Formats: sequence, C-alpha cells, structure tokens
Amino acid sequence: MGKLSVELCGIRLDNPVIPASGTFGFGYEFAELYDINCLGTISIKGTTREPRFGNPTPRIAECASGMLNSVGLQNPGVEKVINEELPKLRKCFHKPIMANVSGFSVEDYVYTCEKFDGVEDIGWIELNISCPNVHGGGMSFGTSAKDAAEVTRAVKKATKKPVIVKLTPNVTSITDIAKAVEDAGADGLSLINTLLGMRIDLRTKKPVLANRTGGLSGPAVFPVALRMVYDVSRAVKIPVVGMGGISCAEDALEMMLAGAAAVEVGAANLTDPFACKKIIDDLPAAMEKYNITLN
Amino acid sequence: MKDIVFSIENNYKLAKDVYKMTLKGDVSEIKKPGQFVNIALPGFYLRRPISVCDKTENSLTLIYKTVGRGTQLLSSLSPGEKLSVLTGLGNGYDLSPSGERPVLVGGGVGTPPLYLLAKELIKNNKKISVVLGFNTADEVFYEEEFRALGCEVSVSTLDGSKGVKGYVTNALPDNYTYFYACGPEPMLKALYNAAKTDGQISFEERMGCGFGACVGCTKKTKNGYKRVCKDGPVFFKEEILWEN
Repeated sequence: MGKLSVELCGIRLDNPVIPASGTFGFGYEFAELYDINCLGTISIKGTTREPRFGNPTPRIAECASGMLNSVGLQNPGVEKVINEELPKLRKCFHKPIMANVSGFSVEDYVYTCEKFDGVEDIGWIELNISCPNVHGGGMSFGTSAKDAAEVTRAVKKATKKPVIVKLTPNVTSITDIAKAVEDAGADGLSLINTLLGMRIDLRTKKPVLANRTGGLSGPAVFPVALRMVYDVSRAVKIPVVGMGGISCAEDALEMMLAGAAAVEVGAANLTDPFACKKIIDDLPAAMEKYNITLN
Repeated sequence: MKDIVFSIENNYKLAKDVYKMTLKGDVSEIKKPGQFVNIALPGFYLRRPISVCDKTENSLTLIYKTVGRGTQLLSSLSPGEKLSVLTGLGNGYDLSPSGERPVLVGGGVGTPPLYLLAKELIKNNKKISVVLGFNTADEVFYEEEFRALGCEVSVSTLDGSKGVKGYVTNALPDNYTYFYACGPEPMLKALYNAAKTDGQISFEERMGCGFGACVGCTKKTKNGYKRVCKDGPVFFKEEILWEN
C-alpha cells in the first residue's frame, strides 16, 4: 500500500485525487494527454435517465478566481453512457469508476442507479442532488432534508454499490442535510457542488449566461468548501469527499486535514488539463514538507 | 493538444481595437487552418481562445480584438514575455471540397483564420476570392496581405466608408465553387442563406476549457450536439442548424 493510498467506502484508491464530475467528460479525452490510470478514480459526467442538451449558450462566464457554468447536465442518457461512453473509458482506465447520477424525480434517480448497478466496474454511485442549473430536479432535492433523505433511501434499495451523496452549499445548514442523508443510509458524502451566482454584461446590460444564473467554482470557493467539509465531517460518521476550488497539492492536503477522506478536483481541469496529474505528482513532497500522512 | 510556453516576438496595433501578436515556440500541434490556441493570462481564471492567423516553422501569428479586460491585458504585453498556451485546438477547415475557385468570407476578427486557409489553398493551385466585411474603414485590416498572396479581394463596410457599402453578401463574386467563412453570427447566417454553393463556417462561442471537457460551448446541429471547441469550430453547411 503506497503512502498516498486511501479507502473510500470499502474500496481502496491508489491516491485520494478524483477529477470531479462535469470537468473531465468521460475521461478518455484526457487519456490523449497523460496516463489517466494515475488517478484515484474518475467521477464521470453527470448522467440522467434520458439524453439532455442542457441549457442554452452562453453557459460559461468568468469571474475573479473562478468561473460560472450553467451547462445544465448535458449528457447522452444512461443507455448511451453505459453502451458507448464507458467502453471508451475502459480502454484507457482500468480502475473502479464513479458514476455521477442526476434526475428530476425519485423514479429517475432509481432508474439510472439500477442501470449502473448492473455495470461491474462502477465502484461507487455519486448521487447528484445538488445541480443548481436545472429546474424541478437536481438541487431541489438537495435543499430539503426530507427530500434528500427520500431519494437516498430509494436509491439505496436500488443498488448494492456504495452511494455517495453530493451536497449543495446553497442551504442554510449543510450539516442538517448531511445528517439526514446519513440516517437514510448513504455510504458517503461529497461536497461542495457549485455556489449559485451570476454576472451581467455591461455592454448588453443583460446576464452573461443565457440561463441568467450559474454555478460558481474555482479557487474563489475553496474557503467555503473547506469550512463545510470541516463542519460536515465532524457531524457524520460516513466518509466525506472534499471538493471546491482545489488546484494544487497543498489545497488537497488542507482539504484532507479538514476531514476529507478523498478529494475531487473540478474547475482546475479546465484551465490546466494536467491539474490532477500535477497534484498527484506533487503530493508526496508536500506531505513530507508538512509532515502529513494519509493512512 | 499540447501545453506550450511561447515567447512573444511582437505585439502591436493593426486597426481599431485589433492587435497582431507573433509567438515563438513549438507550432507542431497546429496542423490545419481554422484551429485555435487557448492562452492563459496572469490574473484571469479562464484562458482566451484565439484563432491562428498564420504559422511558420517556429512561430504563430494571432490577430485579436480587445473586447474586455483580458484581451486588453494581452494587448499590453511586450516582446520577450512568456505565455502558457494550449495549442492545437479545434478541427480546422477541410480543404478537400473547395473546388477550383473558392470564396473566403471574413467578418471583423473572423478574418484571421482565413489567411492561413488562403495560403494552404494557394499551395493547391486554387484561385481565391476574398470578401472582408467590417463596420467602418478604420477597422479594416489584412486587405493588402490577402492581395499579396494573389487573392482577389473585395471589402465591404456597413457605413460605406470603404469598399462596397453594406454586408459581405453585397460583395460576393459572381462565380465561386465553394465558400469558407468566419465572423459574427448574423453575418454567417446571412451568408448561409445567400450562398449558392456548399461551404464551411467557423463559429464562436464562450468556452470554458477549449478542449471538449466542460461541454460549455455545445451547439445543436443536424448531426446532434457538437462542442464548438472540439468538434468545431468549423462546421459544414449541411449540418448547421440556426436556433435564432
């Protein structure tokens, strides 16, 4: 067992670094750049029951130390993900994969999770109840402790895979939601999804994003994410995957010290496609410098 | 795609709000006209995608418009400064269907990628017409550069201060075998409707990554959802859907 190795819901990772859903496609495109088997695992693009185009463009905006996106869960639907995207990923990635699942009703979530349950190399299901860019689904589950618990309970019955519930920061008390989801049987938590924000174009006097609002990510959200991971990991017994603005090995270690069992790296992949690899390469020296051990 | 550190050789004003920059470095990933690079700027989170105007064995020419604080900063950089650049992005133009007399139609800062395209088509002994559209005479650039390649060039300006008054569609030649275009979307749509032949159009969209990971710049086409950055920016006329 290497000194970077960590365990996540009963499955051992070579290291704690996981590209976050929505910032890494279905993984194989990054395999043109480096051997993606260096990653702990990959959280694949958020998948829904039916194919989705997502929101109208423009759906990307920049801000100080970060970006907004309002993509809105564009994906080819679970059928095509399993039959077309995962085989492409499997050719270049040989570890258990994290499937990220979103939906618009409890039935949607259950349907998609049942499909992934039948796929052998899906290691975990990351239940996205926190997408801020869709209406009538996504985040509306994650902002209510009752609804979050209900969808978690239903999905737990539909799959034997460990279920990691991805939480939104756009709530009054993220620890209340976390505890409700833990009580409903979640095997782990991941946080934070993006923070709802907007920009206005001075020339057009209109929002930059066609959807008006979008999810803020990047280094701007790191201290918020760190605080929430710190609070939540002390309030629950299940493992917490920390994410939000991590862009270097030092950020990853700070998140682990806050209580994260592993980390996801999101927006950093978009500005530097080698970000995850660099973090993994830099971790041993940073751990030695600050005298930090992971296992 | 490669992440390459380029060194600025020169960077100067070409026309109103338009700058020309030459970068020295590894250009091997730029294989076709119409591809672009994505430039990291200190103090800005996202990179700036800019199409390649020309290339030599060891340099790239970029022409860009200052539209916001990022491109303003880019225009203030001096020779010798270094830039981190993701290079070799986008599909680029397909030269094969051009026929003997293609027309190249550029609007504003959509003009630059057509220059490398013209050079490549001339290598294949094609006779080229170029139509360049601008708002006003003080925005016009590269008219002479295209002429120096041997292209037949006409210019249109919206206010009539130079060349044909009106749109590029008022300045199209009578006979052409194919069209290649890049420019603002209303111009592209007008050209699409006016064109008598097949052609290829390069689109612009706000991008997150520029290499296909974030699906921020997706466009609906007759062949499904396509990423402007990775599956485009160049699309064939027959696959284009106009949403507005």
